[in-house]
Amino acid sequence: MTGLQEDTVTATILCCNCGAPIDGTTSAGALCQDCLRLNVDVSQGIQREGTLHCCRDCERWLQPPNSWVVANPESKELLAVCLRRLRGLSKVRIIDASFIWTEPHSRRVKVKITIQQEAFQGTIIQQTFEVEYVVASQQCDDCKKSYTHNTWRAAVQVRQKVPHKRTFLYLEQLILKNGAHKDTVNIKEAKDGLDFYFAQRNHAEKMVDFLSSVVPCKTKKSQELISMDIHTSTKSYKFTFSVEIIPICKDDLVALPIKLARQIGNISPLTLCYRVGTSINLLDPTTLQTSDVPTGNYWRNPFKNLADVTELKEFIVMDIDLSGQSSGKFHLAEATVARASDLGSNDITYFTRTHLGGVLHVGDSVLGYHLSGTLFNNDNYEALEASSQYSSILPDVVLVKKHYARKKKPKNRAWRLKRMAREYEADEASGIAQKTRREQNDANRLEEDYETFLRDVEEDPELRNTLDLYKVRKERQAADAMDEDEDNESEDEVPEINMEELLDDFDELNMDGE
Amino acid sequence: MAVRAQFENSNEVGVFARLTNSYAIVAVGASENFYSVFESELQDVIPICHATIAGTRIVGRLTVGNRKGLLVPTTTTDQELQHLRNTLPDAVKIQRIEERLSALGNVICCNDHVAIVHPDLERETEEIIADVLGVEVFRQTVADNVLTGSYMALSNQGGIVHPKTSIRDQDELSSLLQVPLVAGSINRGSPVVGAGMVVNDWLAVTGLDTTATELSVIESVFRLGEMAPGGTGQGPNKESIVESFY
Repeated sequence: MTGLQEDTVTATILCCNCGAPIDGTTSAGALCQDCLRLNVDVSQGIQREGTLHCCRDCERWLQPPNSWVVANPESKELLAVCLRRLRGLSKVRIIDASFIWTEPHSRRVKVKITIQQEAFQGTIIQQTFEVEYVVASQQCDDCKKSYTHNTWRAAVQVRQKVPHKRTFLYLEQLILKNGAHKDTVNIKEAKDGLDFYFAQRNHAEKMVDFLSSVVPCKTKKSQELISMDIHTSTKSYKFTFSVEIIPICKDDLVALPIKLARQIGNISPLTLCYRVGTSINLLDPTTLQTSDVPTGNYWRNPFKNLADVTELKEFIVMDIDLSGQSSGKFHLAEATVARASDLGSNDITYFTRTHLGGVLHVGDSVLGYHLSGTLFNNDNYEALEASSQYSSILPDVVLVKKHYARKKKPKNRAWRLKRMAREYEADEASGIAQKTRREQNDANRLEEDYETFLRDVEEDPELRNTLDLYKVRKERQAADAMDEDEDNESEDEVPEINMEELLDDFDELNMDGE
Repeated sequence: MAVRAQFENSNEVGVFARLTNSYAIVAVGASENFYSVFESELQDVIPICHATIAGTRIVGRLTVGNRKGLLVPTTTTDQELQHLRNTLPDAVKIQRIEERLSALGNVICCNDHVAIVHPDLERETEEIIADVLGVEVFRQTVADNVLTGSYMALSNQGGIVHPKTSIRDQDELSSLLQVPLVAGSINRGSPVVGAGMVVNDWLAVTGLDTTATELSVIESVFRLGEMAPGGTGQGPNKESIVESFY
């Protein structure tokens, strides 16, 4: 023991494996460092080979059990996928992990991992090893779906038999706001409505529940047997829910069956529909009496509307006189109106009672139904004309809403609505043939309906509350601001939406940084 | 001489046997292999006693003894005690101790002259140890472990302690014991040297896993080669040991 000092390493024991003198107070398990490295393998329980699953089409990686993540080669996301695939790695401390370059066509991924683990009491061993992964290809669920027809298990067919699409435009916004479309496999536009497809029956049922909580509708369920295993008697079905929405919309003129009118509060049978919730709310504009027809009652004896918003005519208020009676936002008034088209040609005026006393002034233009000049061809209306009680009180004109003069071309709005991506069933059939005139008409009508819907949103704060409105992005607005100035003075009356009501759209934020 | 043995697949030889200069106690196992190891080395030299303590086989951990005496825990049954008295030489005093730390083999480490005991041992126990075993008793720890019996193996020739014992501790213990001490491991790196082996002045039995290096350390510190009964026997205490044989 010559030449050993107090502070230098003093050999106190012999390594139990090789007999080399080592310092027993610091050694691990009476082994010298070399023997420790040779004998102790802290990476023992960790696999050295693994399999990664990659979808050939979308190049995403399988994160077990069933999620697929986007990861570039040699990215940290891919490293996370790799490390998660290794069993036993959770028991050790990972110090470092990195990729070793491999030729992409070799379908191999190599990862170098450095781990630490306590081998003996108070001794931590660090070890580096390589793991080789074989990249196997497996089609992901989404790609599978895109390649397979009939992936849906349940469908919800929503229909409303009216000539316009306003209800569906509104429904689209409600669905977007509530996220009710999250589970859909596909959404298709069909005649008079929409089809929603789902992978699971309960998703469809959830959708039906949602629909019946926001619109007046009736549901019919039907199922089709796809296959059956006679040994285990397990069957698979396709379910179809047919949801029919009551074909009466806001601002429609409705002639109720007299019997029904008596049942629901003895309301005068000629009514205006002023709101549609889960039931339809009706208003008698001559008395301000309101009533509602529950969905069940409606379907027991359905009736059609007498006239819808497409038949609205423009009138000019010649004289208006408030009668003082009011309920809610409605104020009863007696008005004298003339057809806007008659002005200058004749002096025919019509006297009518209206619920719009609060908003109308002399000289205003107002939209209404012109009953005296119309043949309705409606049984309920004919019954009214025939009845001794009601025939005398049928008005010539029913005013519906104030008319704001607008440009034909929709002006630049500071707000916008989100739209849902959907497939047009007709598009698939017609292929690439040029648009026929009918298709052109359909497209025009759809645009018109959308414009009408947007105007409704502007004019009706109650409707607005149920929707999500988004701000239009700044630079687009600024570009449009210039040509807006010229013709501003003519339409200062048009209702505007407060900027506070609008939401920021985070999905489409510009990340250019320019 | 040092031999390697295994008790029913366990390397912890010191758990299942107690070896002194005047007798050996071996646990009753399913087979006689372990007993045979002792028998082949010790037959006709000292008595070997097949015994249980409190019905268990861990006789090495529950008892402590040397040439002059044997201490057994209070859990030992009368029958077992009687069997021990019948088998061991009459000169060996056998005493049952009422001690809370009943695994006496773990808390006491002794040779024929000195005992290193657990610091928390009762004073009465300490006195009994001094009386029955005829030793000087020191309360000490081995590499900061209180279980002196587990982490230290001792004979009259030398001793082996826990591998993490510092040189200073070794010197201190060595000056108390008046025998050379060395730090070392047993059974391929196990630090529980007391439980991994049994030793007397001419024989050591270690676990089967003990490496050649460990065995050579043991043979040199306990001076087993030179002290073997049939060996050259050139050690300074040769006469006293020969006396103790008879």
